Amino acid sequence: MTVSNVLFEIGLEEMPARFLNDAQKQLETKTKQWLEELRLPYKQVKSYVTPRRLSIVITDLVKKQPDIEEEAKGPAKKIALDNEGNWSKAAIGFSKGQGQSAEDIYFKDVNGTEYAFVTKFIEGKSTTELLPSFKEVITSLTFPKNMRWSNLSIRFVRPIRWIVALNDEEVIPLEIAGVEASNTTFGHRFLGEKIEISDASDYENTLKNQYVIVDPGAREKLILSQIDDLKQKQNWDIIVDQDLLNEVRHLVEYPTVFFGTFSEDFLAIPEEVLITSMKEHQRYFPVRSVNGELLPFFVAVRNGDARFIENVAKGNEKVLKARLSDARFFYEEDQKQTIDANLNKLEKMVFQENLGTIAQKVERVVNISKKIAAHLKVDEQIEKNTIRTAEICKFDLVTNMVNEFTELQGIMGEKYARLFGENENVAKAINEHYMPRHSKDNLPSTTEGAIVSVADKIDTIIGCISVGIIPSGSQDPYALRRQALGILQIINVQKWNITLEDLFNLTLTIHASHNIRTRDEKEIRSDVAAFFKARAAFIMKDTNVEQDVVDAVLTSGIGNFSYAIQKAQLLAAKRQDNAFKEVQEALVRVLNLASKGEDLGVKEELFENEYEKNLYASYKQIIDEYEKAIANHLVQEPLNILGTLSKPIHDFFDHTMVMADDKKLKDNRLSLLNKIAALIHAFADLNKIQWKQQM
Amino acid sequence: MNIQEMILTLQKHWSDQNCILMQAYDVEKGAGTMSPMTLLRSLGPEPWNVAYVEPSRRPADGRYGQNPNRLYQHHQFQVIMKPSPDNIQELYLDSLKALGIDPLKHDIRFVEDNWENPTLGAAGLGWEVWLDGMEITQFTYFQQIGGLEAKPVAVEITYGIERLASYIQDKENVFDLEWTEGVTVGDIFYQPEYEHSKYTFEESNTDMLFELFTTYEQEAKQTMEKGLVFPAYDYVLKCSHTFNLLDAKGVISVTERTGYISRVRNLAREIAKLYVDERERLGFPMLKEEAKRNDSI
Repeated sequence: MTVSNVLFEIGLEEMPARFLNDAQKQLETKTKQWLEELRLPYKQVKSYVTPRRLSIVITDLVKKQPDIEEEAKGPAKKIALDNEGNWSKAAIGFSKGQGQSAEDIYFKDVNGTEYAFVTKFIEGKSTTELLPSFKEVITSLTFPKNMRWSNLSIRFVRPIRWIVALNDEEVIPLEIAGVEASNTTFGHRFLGEKIEISDASDYENTLKNQYVIVDPGAREKLILSQIDDLKQKQNWDIIVDQDLLNEVRHLVEYPTVFFGTFSEDFLAIPEEVLITSMKEHQRYFPVRSVNGELLPFFVAVRNGDARFIENVAKGNEKVLKARLSDARFFYEEDQKQTIDANLNKLEKMVFQENLGTIAQKVERVVNISKKIAAHLKVDEQIEKNTIRTAEICKFDLVTNMVNEFTELQGIMGEKYARLFGENENVAKAINEHYMPRHSKDNLPSTTEGAIVSVADKIDTIIGCISVGIIPSGSQDPYALRRQALGILQIINVQKWNITLEDLFNLTLTIHASHNIRTRDEKEIRSDVAAFFKARAAFIMKDTNVEQDVVDAVLTSGIGNFSYAIQKAQLLAAKRQDNAFKEVQEALVRVLNLASKGEDLGVKEELFENEYEKNLYASYKQIIDEYEKAIANHLVQEPLNILGTLSKPIHDFFDHTMVMADDKKLKDNRLSLLNKIAALIHAFADLNKIQWKQQM
Repeated sequence: MNIQEMILTLQKHWSDQNCILMQAYDVEKGAGTMSPMTLLRSLGPEPWNVAYVEPSRRPADGRYGQNPNRLYQHHQFQVIMKPSPDNIQELYLDSLKALGIDPLKHDIRFVEDNWENPTLGAAGLGWEVWLDGMEITQFTYFQQIGGLEAKPVAVEITYGIERLASYIQDKENVFDLEWTEGVTVGDIFYQPEYEHSKYTFEESNTDMLFELFTTYEQEAKQTMEKGLVFPAYDYVLKCSHTFNLLDAKGVISVTERTGYISRVRNLAREIAKLYVDERERLGFPMLKEEAKRNDSI
C-alpha cells in the first residue's frame, strides 16, 4: 500500500457551542494547508466537531512525499576548471555544498556562457516522520476565548483530555498539553465506553456505535427528521429557528428530540415572552398549531437516547414552569406600576457617562421629534402622538420583564402601553422606534414610530460623535453604523422632504441647548457628515450603483436621501445609455471648462456670435422650469431639460473660442458656462462619473 | 434524600478526594466564592483542596418568603481544587451519582457559562451544569482573581443546594424541602426570610448603612497598611454586604453603583496582592515539595 488513512481526534471538556462552526472550518482549512506545505497528496480531508471533540480524517494519504530533483547552478566553466582542465577549488566547494562530488558536475549554456551545474536529489520523507507536526495545526486554531487549566501555561478553548492520532493502525507520536496521543477514544459521556480505534476510515461508524454522531450536519438532520416526525404525529407547527438549531446540534453528541408541556394558564403571558423564555433560557423550540396559535408545548433535544426520556421531559417541564412563573410574576408586577413611575426611574439610569441619563436622552428625543414633525408638517393628531411616543418610548427599560429579557425592549413597551390605555398608534410606535433592529428588520410602519426612531438614533449618533465615540474598524459599541443605516432607510422609504443636513442642524441646535457638546462644532459636523456619507454610499452600492456615481451624487452632501438614491439609480443607467452620450458630452465639456473660471455675471453685449447668444437664451428659457423640477425632486425631468441645452452647447463650443485672449470675452464666456455648471451641479457632479457608453 | 443527607454525601465524596472539609465562614457574603477559603486561597502557587457549605446572602433576592424559588439566603456547596485535576468532570459526575442522580436516566450537560465577578476582579471560564434543563451547578476554572492571574488554575464547583434538593425531592416550593427528617426549610428559614426581606426593603437605616460602608472601607485600608490580610479581608466582605443591602433598597443610582463597585474592587485587588506577598514572605508553607517551593520564591 502506498496510501494510508489518518485520523486525529482531540478530546476536550465541553467546548462552547457557539465556537464550533468556526472551529470546524478552521480545522479543515488548516489541515489542508498543512498537507499542502508537506507536499502530501490525499483523496479527502473531512473535519468533524462535537462538544467534546475536534476531529480530522484524511483518506488515502500518500505515505511518502514525492522525491524531488533540483538543479543547482554553480560557477562559470572557466572558473570551475583550471588551466589544466582540472576541477578548481571553487567547483569542488560548490559540489560539496550541494551534497555531491565534483564528478557530478555538468555544464550548461546560460545566455552564451557555460556554467557548472549539479542535480540534487531530495528524497521524500515518510508520513511517519511528518505527521507528528499535526500538533501545530491544533495549536494554531483560534477561538474567541481561550483558557488555562491545571498548572500548564498552554491556552486553549477548553482542557484537552485525550488525543487519538492514527496512521492506519499505527499511533502517531504527538503530545499536547501533557496529553500523549494513543488509539484510545471515549464514546458518549454516559452511553459510551472507552474503546480502541483500529481503522481511521471507519471513524464515523465506530463512534456512532458509541452514541456519538461526529458529523454536525448529520446531527442536524437527525434533529430535523425527529422534529418532522413529531410535527406529523401531533399535527403541530414547530418553529425551528436556524440559530437555535445550530446551537442545539453543538450541545449534544447524540440527539434525541422530545416534547413537554406547560400549563395553559401561562398562555395569558404575551407570546413573545413565552418564546423568549423557551428559546433563550432553555433552548427549546416553541410549538404552534397549524393555524398559528402558540400551544402550551415545547420541543427540546436531549444529549442521549430515548431511554428514560419521560424523566427528562418531566424535569424540563418543572424548570420551564419555574421560569414562566417568574415571567408571570414580572408581568403582573410591571402592570402594578404606572408609566410615570417608570419614567421617574429613568432619571437614575445612565445612558452614557457624557451624554447623561436615559431621562435626559428622552428629553432630547422629544425635542428632536417635535422639530422633525414640524419640518414634515404632519397633521395635528400625528404630531400629538409623536410627542407622546417620544416622551414614553423608554419607559419599559425599567420593567422587570425587560430587565430579565433585554431583547424584549420596545415589545414590552408596546404591550404595557396598550394596557395602560395609550392610544394604538403610540403603543405601536414605541416598539417601532427601535426599528430596524438589525439589517434585515422591518422599518417602522407608523409615521410616529418613524419620526421617533430617527430622532432617537440621530441623538445617539451625533451625541456619541460629539463626545468622541466614533466607530472604527470593529469598534462600534453603540452600533452607530447600524443606526445611521436605519435613519437613511427610514427617510428613503418614507420619502420625507427633509435633508440630512437639516436633520444634523436641528439635532445640533437641540444638543447645544442641552449642553452636551464637548468638541468643536465644526469638527463634529464634518465627522457626522463623513460618517453618514459612508453609510449612504453603502446603501447605494447595495442597489448596484458604483462608486463613481455615488461620488457624483453625494459631492455636495447627501441632501434629500430618497432623491439622492433615485438620481444615483438613474445616472447608473444613463452611464451606459448611448442615447445620452451626446448630452453627457456636452454637459461634461461645460463642467470641464467652467472649472477654469467663475461666474462674474454675463454681459450680453460682449457676446460675439449667435451661438453664444443662443446658448444664453436657451439657458434663460429653461432655468425656472429646471429649478422647479429639482425643488420637486423630479428625477428624469432635470436631465431632459438639460438635454435641450445639448445642441446649443455643442454649437457654442464648435464656434467659440472660450479661452480668448481678450480677458473680458474670456470671463464672460466662463461666466456663462459657470451658470450652466451650477445647474448641473444642482443635480449631480457629472464630471465624477466614468461614462461607459459605447462609441 | 433530605438536605442534611445531601450535605453529608457531598462532604464524604469530596473528603475522599482529599479535600479539607471546612465550615462556613462567619462573615456575611453573597456567594461561597467570597469566602477567604476560596478567594484568597485560590491565589498563589500553593496547592489547595477544600469543600464547605456556605450560606450566601443576596438581599435583592429576598421575597418575604413568598416566592417558591427565590431566597434572601440560600446555601451553596463549594469545592475548590488547585491545581485543577485532570478528571475533575468525572469526580463531579460521580458526586451526582452519589446523590442518587443516575446520568443514564437524565440529561446532564455542560453549557458554556463564563463567570465574572467585577467586584472581586475575578473571572473564570466554564459551564453551568444542566440537569434536565435545570442549572444545578456552576463549574469554573479561575483565570483571574483580585486582578491577579490565577496560576496554577483552581477549579471551583458550586452546587446550589436548594435547587438540587428541589429536584431530588421533587418539590416545587423551596420551603417544602426537607432539611432533615420532620423538619422543612420553611420551619427553619421562613421567619428569617420574611424578616430579612422586610428589613432590607423597608426598615434598614440607609444613612447608617452608607456610613458603615465608608467606615468598613477605611478600616480595610488601614488594616491592609499594617499587612494584616485576613482582618482586612473581613472588612472588604462587610463593605460588599453593606453595598448589597443598599443596592437592594434601591438607594444607589446607576452612576453611583459603578463607583461603589470599583471601590470594593480596588480593595479586593490590593488584598489579593497583599495575600500573595504575605504567603511568599512566609515561604509558601503549603508547597510541600521543596523544589517547587524554591521555584516559586
